[in-house]
Amino acid sequence: MTEIFGVPAPVLYGQLLLGLVNGSFYALLSLGLSLIFGLLNIVNFAHGTMYMLGAFLAYLLLEPLGLGYWWAILLVPLLAAGLGIVIERTILKRIYKLDHIYGLLVTFGLTMVIEGFVRVYFGVSGLRYAVPPSLQGMVDLGFMRLPIYRIWVIVAALGLCLVTWLVIERTRLGATLRAGTENPSLVQAFGVNVPLLVTLVFGWGVGLAAFAGVLAAPLMQLTPQIGHSIIITVFGVVVIGGMGSILGSIVTGLGLGLIEGLAKVYYPEASSTAIFVLMILVLLVRPHGLFGKQ
Amino acid sequence: MGETVLSLTGVNGWYGESHVLHGVDLDVRRGEVVSLIGRNGAGRTTILRAIMGLLDRREGRLEIRGHNMSTTPAYRIAKAGLGYCPEERGIFASLSCEENLLLPPVTRTDGGMAMSLDEIYAMFPNLKERAHSPGTRLSGGEQQMLAIARILRTGADILLLDEISEGLAPVIVQTLSRVIQDLKARGFTIVMVEQNFRFAAPLADRFFIIEHGRVVEEIAQADLAARADDIRTYLGV
Ligand SMILES: Nc1ncnc2c1ncn2[C@@H]1O[C@H](COP(=O)(O)OP(=O)(O)O)[C@@H](O)[C@H]1O
Ligand SMILES: [Mg+2]
Repeated sequence: MTEIFGVPAPVLYGQLLLGLVNGSFYALLSLGLSLIFGLLNIVNFAHGTMYMLGAFLAYLLLEPLGLGYWWAILLVPLLAAGLGIVIERTILKRIYKLDHIYGLLVTFGLTMVIEGFVRVYFGVSGLRYAVPPSLQGMVDLGFMRLPIYRIWVIVAALGLCLVTWLVIERTRLGATLRAGTENPSLVQAFGVNVPLLVTLVFGWGVGLAAFAGVLAAPLMQLTPQIGHSIIITVFGVVVIGGMGSILGSIVTGLGLGLIEGLAKVYYPEASSTAIFVLMILVLLVRPHGLFGKQ
Repeated sequence: MGETVLSLTGVNGWYGESHVLHGVDLDVRRGEVVSLIGRNGAGRTTILRAIMGLLDRREGRLEIRGHNMSTTPAYRIAKAGLGYCPEERGIFASLSCEENLLLPPVTRTDGGMAMSLDEIYAMFPNLKERAHSPGTRLSGGEQQMLAIARILRTGADILLLDEISEGLAPVIVQTLSRVIQDLKARGFTIVMVEQNFRFAAPLADRFFIIEHGRVVEEIAQADLAARADDIRTYLGV
């Protein structure tokens, strides 16, 4: 069997694929986090909770309502975005003028509340969400066999990242958003309804997180804590990529997924800390992150 | 001169806790060019920001075209036909020159004051050449032109221009002077804050002297020569 640096090739490829899948989730989540931080100046601690909620909402649509995966992937991001909009209008808008720490505390509080509800309703034992029939099975590439569902996850996540990136970089709306990130009061003075823009961006970011949650649902045991570990990693991604940088989030998310995958093969002990070691190194050299300004 | 299109009565303004404007009274008539002059820190920039709704707190009466706008949120002020060119120019680094130009939404199409992109590029040919450069890669003069140009296509007919001649080479200042004359000829109403009195002197119909956050005197163009000494005292030059 072929070996690459002493590791059987299929094992390496398998871990790289897993790394890409994880990287796709990191990209989707850090993209939303970056968007929100850029325009709202809020470090949204509840982002991982929205991802968790996305997965549980998918389950909820299936169990009592009988709406399957494709309905979930369409409806759940919209439902979550709606919840995000309500949260922004009722809670977050009151704290924009305050120090960052308030945003972190308030969204941490939201995390506790939402997780509490999920725990009460679903319990703590893991639930299972099946891979939809249309995405079951494997494709054989000759040198390795790929689960179709994992390919779909990568394509869907990166596709949505790409669409988001195009909207931000290539459209009038995106230009307004970039300008609003730089100097919201001037954009407001030009007659743009910035509070509305802020609300929509928060909804959009939360929708992306919930989309990631639906994509992830068939890949794991659903417990109310699944948002925790991923949000910590995603914070690392955002810091490495550069707070507020859209492209930075996507590229770094994918890259770190791959690095994690490689670490699992060659030095498993480091796989969960690799990101944070990298974060320290990057911050030493570039305090504003790889893609950050200044 | 036409009717009053912009008026402030007893306007007070704050940055946080600090009380900066103390009862500003000011009126501007249609088609007029007025200049706010005064020493640094007198409160001229703050008056423009107060009009645009950009202060932390404002009290007093603001009327635009006779409509009371005292409690109108900032994003609706522009819709009343105001275009704002800030002192720091406010060119967005993450937007190209043309994206900067197209950023302010067209708010009024009825007034007929909106200039087309072609007209704007004819007035500022440099901006066309630099259309795809990032906004902050432009020279200081180009950035200033961009900051003026982008409020000309929105339909705004009252322009608030803050220190547009500041820090620019004499030849560019001359170009800006012609631009102001051209805009006036097109019928724009212009409020300009100027430190450079020699730039403002030939352009403005009336001068408001600002001191300690209020208007202390109003001088008409016709009286300029007679009041030259007073003005020098006010400006501290
Ligand atoms: N962002 C701010 N926060 C607090 N005080 C300010 C701020 N900007 C200006 N000031 C104060 O307000 C006063 C008026 O300033 P400004 O309107 O900028 O004067 P001018 O434009 O006439 O030079 C000054 O005393 C200045 O120190
Ligand atoms: Mg000033």
